[in-house]
Amino acid sequence: MTRYGMLIDINKCNGCYNCFLACKDEFTGNDYPPFSLALPEASKPWLKVKEIERGRCPKVKVDYLPVPCQQCDTTPCTEKSPEGAVYMRDDGIVIIDPEKARGCKEIVNSCPYRVISWNEEKDVAQKCTFCAHLLDQGWKEPRCVEACPSGALVFGDLDDPDSRLSGICKQASVETLSPEFNSSPKVFYLGLPKKMIAGEVVLADKQDVCAENVEVAINDGSAGRTTKTDYLGDFVFEGLESNYLYTLQAVQPGYKKKEVQVKTSTDVNLGEIVLEPE
Amino acid sequence: MTEKVFTSCTNEGPINVYVKDGKVLRIRSLIAEESEFKPWCIEAGGQSYSPPHKFNLAPFVYTERDRLYSEDRIKYPMKRVDFDPNGERNPQNRGKSGYERISWEEATDIVAGEIQRIRSTYGGPAITGLTSSHHNWGIVGYKMGPFLRFMDMLEYTPVLDNPDSWEGWHWGATHSWGFYWRLGMPEQYDLLEDALKNTEMIVFWSNDPDTTRGIYTGQDSVIWRQWLKDKGIKTVFLDPYYNYTAAHMDGTWLPHKPDGGTALALAIANVWITDNTYDEEFVTNRTIGFDEFKKYVLGENDGQAKTPEWAAEETGIPARKIRSLAREWASRRTMLSAGTRGGEGGACRTAYGTEWARLMVLLAAMQGLGKPGSGIWGTTMGAPSDTSIYFPGYADPDSRMGISRAADQQISNPTKQRLYRLILPEAILDPPISWHGEGFCGHALEQQFTPFTYPMEGYPEVRMFYRYGGSFMGTMSDTSKWVRMYQSPKLEFVVNQDCWWTGETQYADVILPACTSLERDDIGEWGAAGGYSIHGSIGCNFRIVVRQKKCIEPLWESKADYDILALIASKLGMEERFTEGKTAVDWAKAFYEISDMPGIMSWEEFDKKGYAVINPGDDYKPTPALRWFYEGRNCDTPDPLNNKRNTDKADELGTYSGKIEFVSQSLKENMPDDEERPPLPRFIPSFEGCRSELYKKYPLQLISPHPRFSFHTHYDKHSKWLNHIPTHRIYKDGYAWWPARVNPQDAELRGIKNGDIIKLYNDRGGVLCIAVITERVPPGIIHSYASSASYDPLEPGNPNSVDCGGCVNILTPSRMLSKNAPGMTPNSCLIEIEKWEG
Repeated sequence: MTRYGMLIDINKCNGCYNCFLACKDEFTGNDYPPFSLALPEASKPWLKVKEIERGRCPKVKVDYLPVPCQQCDTTPCTEKSPEGAVYMRDDGIVIIDPEKARGCKEIVNSCPYRVISWNEEKDVAQKCTFCAHLLDQGWKEPRCVEACPSGALVFGDLDDPDSRLSGICKQASVETLSPEFNSSPKVFYLGLPKKMIAGEVVLADKQDVCAENVEVAINDGSAGRTTKTDYLGDFVFEGLESNYLYTLQAVQPGYKKKEVQVKTSTDVNLGEIVLEPE
Repeated sequence: MTEKVFTSCTNEGPINVYVKDGKVLRIRSLIAEESEFKPWCIEAGGQSYSPPHKFNLAPFVYTERDRLYSEDRIKYPMKRVDFDPNGERNPQNRGKSGYERISWEEATDIVAGEIQRIRSTYGGPAITGLTSSHHNWGIVGYKMGPFLRFMDMLEYTPVLDNPDSWEGWHWGATHSWGFYWRLGMPEQYDLLEDALKNTEMIVFWSNDPDTTRGIYTGQDSVIWRQWLKDKGIKTVFLDPYYNYTAAHMDGTWLPHKPDGGTALALAIANVWITDNTYDEEFVTNRTIGFDEFKKYVLGENDGQAKTPEWAAEETGIPARKIRSLAREWASRRTMLSAGTRGGEGGACRTAYGTEWARLMVLLAAMQGLGKPGSGIWGTTMGAPSDTSIYFPGYADPDSRMGISRAADQQISNPTKQRLYRLILPEAILDPPISWHGEGFCGHALEQQFTPFTYPMEGYPEVRMFYRYGGSFMGTMSDTSKWVRMYQSPKLEFVVNQDCWWTGETQYADVILPACTSLERDDIGEWGAAGGYSIHGSIGCNFRIVVRQKKCIEPLWESKADYDILALIASKLGMEERFTEGKTAVDWAKAFYEISDMPGIMSWEEFDKKGYAVINPGDDYKPTPALRWFYEGRNCDTPDPLNNKRNTDKADELGTYSGKIEFVSQSLKENMPDDEERPPLPRFIPSFEGCRSELYKKYPLQLISPHPRFSFHTHYDKHSKWLNHIPTHRIYKDGYAWWPARVNPQDAELRGIKNGDIIKLYNDRGGVLCIAVITERVPPGIIHSYASSASYDPLEPGNPNSVDCGGCVNILTPSRMLSKNAPGMTPNSCLIEIEKWEG
């Protein structure tokens, strides 16, 4: 049985919004019964893009997070909807029936991912359909995936062990968005932004060149990670958990060790860490 | 009625247009049959790199349907209510008065009548006309097609374009490495393969290829940079803004002051000279004047060594970073990526931007320009491509309806008088004016030294202005002066012909509604600019020539540009000469027939199928750009513009010496005493920068690079869909504001919060923007894109009014690169900002 899913690789996304605009093009003013009524002219499309800026100049990271309907297997959106108004097709695509769901505004708030919008004029809740109307006509992938220039969006059959999507989803680093919602989404992510600690090590007596290859370590009390500064004396620890207290150490033979406490309540650019000679 | 699918092409890629009941439903990247693709494959480092079988559009192309049906379309011919060609013209009210709908009959009567009146009173050269680039793709309808054919028939005074996207390269780098035949930008053949195989590091300097996309090649090169990233190639970004390519490639960002590029380059050269880490053999054999350069860099004449410590002050980058960057660069095979096509970038549009561009060439030379993995490459061009099959790009003489072989009769304009776009307002308001340089100087270096004066002896001043497509309010400099120009009684008649209302439309006396390329027939090859940037489609993964079909009838009362001009020509008794009896499809066919395409596919088959893909052959042999020069061989790249190719000087560059010139012989010979563009490039403090007196009053530096989600002034304003992208515009209180990016420190100092409406201002004017507080700009820098299509002054028609539309170009200086280099300098711009309480 076909079970459609999507993978979104944040590392590959260049933030071009092609997915967003292709979605807008497909649905604005166009009805696709029985799956969807037209997206209003003035509304954002059903695939949202979140821009996430982290760090402090000049150690900045920018990521883009495309968020379509997560196509949850547990369909939290059915909870507050009338019988049959929200249903899952045999291929796993969750559909809000535009006729049966008419007037039921509660559906909008039932989605933990906030990807359902309210069409005031048509009095109906609306969301991404994975372009079901096109797949049924033989299209291989939804508009957003086709429009992606970097290969960040991958569409396919999760039940087909040979599909490219299944292959990628076997990777340990694949995540879902907000797993705490426990809704078994069929949209997966790679490279979801976490917290970072970045900085530069400077040797007090050699300030005319950058301090390359200085060992920098962080420890959260139980486990630790080590890196080395690059040719510009810079270091970065990526993929850290939020709100952890880390101890960071910069160690260079012949210099006094420096230790800093850092909390990842936000992304941290420590700036210059100056090591004094012993 | 069933759905029909048409083929078309845009500035940024080929499309399929789905039409039902005469209405466009969907715009999709053109879907070619799978069998059409015979993709290239590059083997490098044990990996095979081959592109996906598709055409990757730029984002705004997906809004084509929105802008087709936009409320901003000019729907009917219009006349300014207080304009009477037989009575009061009221030019002072241009921009203030409203319009009334008139018939095509009346509109063309007025335009033809005014042309006749002005020609008989003053002569044809009293008419001028000006077009924006690229408001439509396709050579039948392109600006150099019908418009130029028509205007040349009138013997009008042409307006020379300034090379607005690559000023410093055109007016500067040409004197270091030639390539005047490419207007200062280099050849880029096969550099993708070279980079994948050999490059270890890329220095992106003032370059955001993910945003500027090789100009016309959509997003086909995005995957290339993804490959380079996946390979772990080091990247560093020298840019006042943490740009989109930096974000995508997760590179190291070293922000520098907008006018610090020249100092930074000199400091890097200083480290290489001091460390002796430059390619001495190359410098000895392939360059001239290095000794003089070395003396200058070491401070032997002026007592100031151009050390990293010296440059730290000018650039804002710590000296140790400059030194270590220089050392890393020299120790690796490094590509210098200094502009989207190898040479462009905002840094070349600063005060004395010639010097930065020249130094980019000289730095690359010091590391052996053309050595495997080491050269100048924008990362957007250089895919394997069969360039031997000829199809004319829009700028090729063959695709210009007036002079093409496709025409039965070529038209030549005897008028010698010229205007210059950047200073057109000055020419109208305050003649005479003078400048050096023939606009695009693609035939010889000497063209740059040609003096021009307007009005030219024996010629009249211009009295009629025919404006066609787009708005310069958002793309030129100090643009309030355009309003002043329009309100001058010197311009007795102004006509504007366009598809949409933009910043300049409301300054015309008569407005003519043109249709878009989806409403008429045309033909074009994706990415193929032709002319001075021939083989532009090497930025595409596949060459594709598209039969651009008329998908729907022209909307409202709009007409094809060609038909509008034919209508006016008929009233002038010139229709037969103008059209030669040809329809748009006849022209498309004629262009096809003079190309190599009939050898691949008959016109009839092409017309039916809608497109033809040109694949490189199995025996494709790469000839990387400038490898021949590095190795001292004859040029083996397929650059037909290189006029030394296939001569006994085929191993030379286009400079006077044939070598890279640290001391430019062309400048030495023609303008030896020019202190602002001296034979040896040097650091000259900006006339509007941190060292200026004005800095005390206006302590923020505005940079206004080319936009990410629009193309010049096209797509902005006319697609409301784009306004949902916060990088492009942001809604507040129902108005779509243009963003200005501000560092948190600068914002806090002025009590500005994210989402506040702020006024950007200086003595030249004020522009309202929405504040985006971001760490992507360092303190002291304001980033706001150029190219707003909306010019929306609070007091319409008052040139001193504050603009709400986002035309930050109003704030940028009129002053040119230098006294003899007539390029624009929008990135040397001092401003202050404040919260707008109005």
